[in-house]
Amino acid sequence: MRLRLEPRREASRAMLYGTPVLAVALTVLAGILIFSLMGYDGLAAIYQIFVAPIADPYRWQDLFVKAAPLITIALGLAIGFRANVWNIGAEGQYIVGALAGTGVALATWDMQGYWILPAMVAAGILGGLLWAAIPAFLKTRFNVNEILTSLMLTYVAVQLLYYLMRGPWRDPEGYGFPQTRLFSEWQTLPTVVQGTLVHLGVPVAFFLAIAVWIVLSRTVTGFQVRVVGLAPQAARYGGFSARGTVWLTLLTSGAFAGLAGIFEAAGPFQQMTPQFSVNYGFTAIIVAFLGRLHPLGIVLAGMVLAVSYVGGENAQTALGLPYAATGMFQAMMLFFLLAVDILVRYRLRVVVPADLSRPVEARHPPARQAETGAHVSSTPIDKQRESLSA
Amino acid sequence: MSRMNRRQILVGSAATLALPALIGRAAAQDGPLNVGFVYVGPIGDYGWSHAHDEARKKAQEHFGDKIKTNYVENVAEGPDAERVIRQLAQQGNKLIFTTSFGFMNPTIKVAKQFPDVHFEHATGYKTADNVGIYNARFYEGRAVIGTIAGMMSKSGKAGYVGSVPIPEVVRGINAFTLAAQKVNPDFTTQVVWVNSWYDPAKEADAAKALIDQGCDIISQHTDSPAPLQAAEQRGVYAFGQASNMIDFAPKAHLTAITDNWGPYYIDQIQKQLDGEWAPGNIWWGIEKGLVGIAPYNDIMPADVKEAADKVKNGIASGEIHPFAGPITDQSGEVKVPEGDTIPDEQLLGLDWYVKGVQS
Repeated sequence: MRLRLEPRREASRAMLYGTPVLAVALTVLAGILIFSLMGYDGLAAIYQIFVAPIADPYRWQDLFVKAAPLITIALGLAIGFRANVWNIGAEGQYIVGALAGTGVALATWDMQGYWILPAMVAAGILGGLLWAAIPAFLKTRFNVNEILTSLMLTYVAVQLLYYLMRGPWRDPEGYGFPQTRLFSEWQTLPTVVQGTLVHLGVPVAFFLAIAVWIVLSRTVTGFQVRVVGLAPQAARYGGFSARGTVWLTLLTSGAFAGLAGIFEAAGPFQQMTPQFSVNYGFTAIIVAFLGRLHPLGIVLAGMVLAVSYVGGENAQTALGLPYAATGMFQAMMLFFLLAVDILVRYRLRVVVPADLSRPVEARHPPARQAETGAHVSSTPIDKQRESLSA
Repeated sequence: MSRMNRRQILVGSAATLALPALIGRAAAQDGPLNVGFVYVGPIGDYGWSHAHDEARKKAQEHFGDKIKTNYVENVAEGPDAERVIRQLAQQGNKLIFTTSFGFMNPTIKVAKQFPDVHFEHATGYKTADNVGIYNARFYEGRAVIGTIAGMMSKSGKAGYVGSVPIPEVVRGINAFTLAAQKVNPDFTTQVVWVNSWYDPAKEADAAKALIDQGCDIISQHTDSPAPLQAAEQRGVYAFGQASNMIDFAPKAHLTAITDNWGPYYIDQIQKQLDGEWAPGNIWWGIEKGLVGIAPYNDIMPADVKEAADKVKNGIASGEIHPFAGPITDQSGEVKVPEGDTIPDEQLLGLDWYVKGVQS
């Protein structure tokens, strides 16, 4: 008896949604094994990483606050990824958005009024949007690969951040330390649940998830994005502009990243510092794919990553597990997700030993092979994966 | 707690506010004193965080089962730090050491929420009723290695791998350069910033670039041994950071500035145990043993060792001040006239470079 991978006629929807769960389960099993081999209590480690943050109501605020920027950025990215537009530079748009909002905050530092925070948020959105407009322009005008330009602009954004922190925007009362003043109360995000850290960015992230879901599944624009990604030829035939889609998706993902940036600056940070960049823009790519590019999946994926961050710190204090072990844990989750992905389009079949006695031809009928060759992916996500591997 | 439902927790602001205090108090009643440590780098950096962790181990050894120490490593400066510090406070740590400048605002924020928990923040400037600050005069050690650099360098050009241009780092660069110029008036220091405290790949690249530009001695204000290893490969001299790093570069490593936080941690924990902790503000150096100099490499000639010891002992006794005038800045303007020194208040916010620094 042996196991054989067999192509499916159609991608399995059950597996499409089941594999992330399976990946998490496999990660937990492998984690128990590895942490035990390292000499720690494997079960306790998994408990601290995966269960403790959820079991302790005091930790929930941390989960929401950590997940909100990841979800917001990932939602914007997913729109682009569905249309085969690869914005890898969300980190840069996140930073520039936050910087634009910070600029407004510093200019209005000694002012009061309810208009200040909305102005900061608007500047944040605009900043992210404009930073994403550069790759969009280069792509549509000169056909420059947006993966390269958006990624490289991230490093430009980081240098811009360092420059502003060290010189023009440095806190004049801060003993020369490179960071801005603390924002005033008119410039900080209100908390939505009193007595916790849960700021306005959290409900906004959830609201955006629902909005993106509706737009993608129920509107012509959403249809356009999906068709351009799935079948560019058909889209052109249908009158959808590929160029317009590039602009639309890049500007949207840039705006989302910029919004997340200014929320993070005006919320948890309450100032701008050179340490502002913690790679949320890159982690959000993982969140987008872990969530299957589906808005609600992204919300779940964002929460799962937040749990692993907060739980990783739990494991350090409770068990003395090294930081690297928690990084390994996150990496394993992605590894298993990619590994079990194969089950979406293939199935495991047990080959009965009796089969071995039959002629080879009978076990591999030509018709079946032809069928495999003609296999067409049937969901947008499959299409995405194909273009990823290509 | 199990009887509280989600709504009560989330909406009942009183309940959520009281929660940390309740849990904190519950944990404090019996058993050992819990002491928390927050590190910016991994404890295996062999630099800054490593030195703090060695001190934590010393304190744990000293007090035995009277205390239990808990630490979190590699904590990003910002909201992540706030979360970690709050978590340590909530888990019943009554004294928490936050060991990086970027943990300052997070520490102050959390301290407000936990008035009965005591905090010790390293290298910052904000204090509160339950937040003390502590720092070390690392620039004194920089003056010692600057003296060695001035004597050992043939090109008269040192490379300096800098992390982030905060006053502490600026002080180090200036003290190093001034000391080297006492030996060789034409001595210059070329600085490359890597914008991180711990990034071995970037640190090594910076060191190599500096060596390519003709620097024959490397100093670093980043936490990994990578610049030393680069120096070892290229056959130039270098200095260790925060702990004795001779194992990483037996030929290049002349000496290292070592951080010895152990006695201070033991003092503060003892005060906490006795119920006598109060927020302080210390800035100790070579004299108190907080800043040390690792054993000299045998490669160093006797006269260099002697000169270095002279500076070290002079600083400890107060005869030598690393920032004694005359000092001119990069533009040639005399900032400190002969006979004066830079006072502590100005040193704390130092943001200009002395002549000979190329940054």
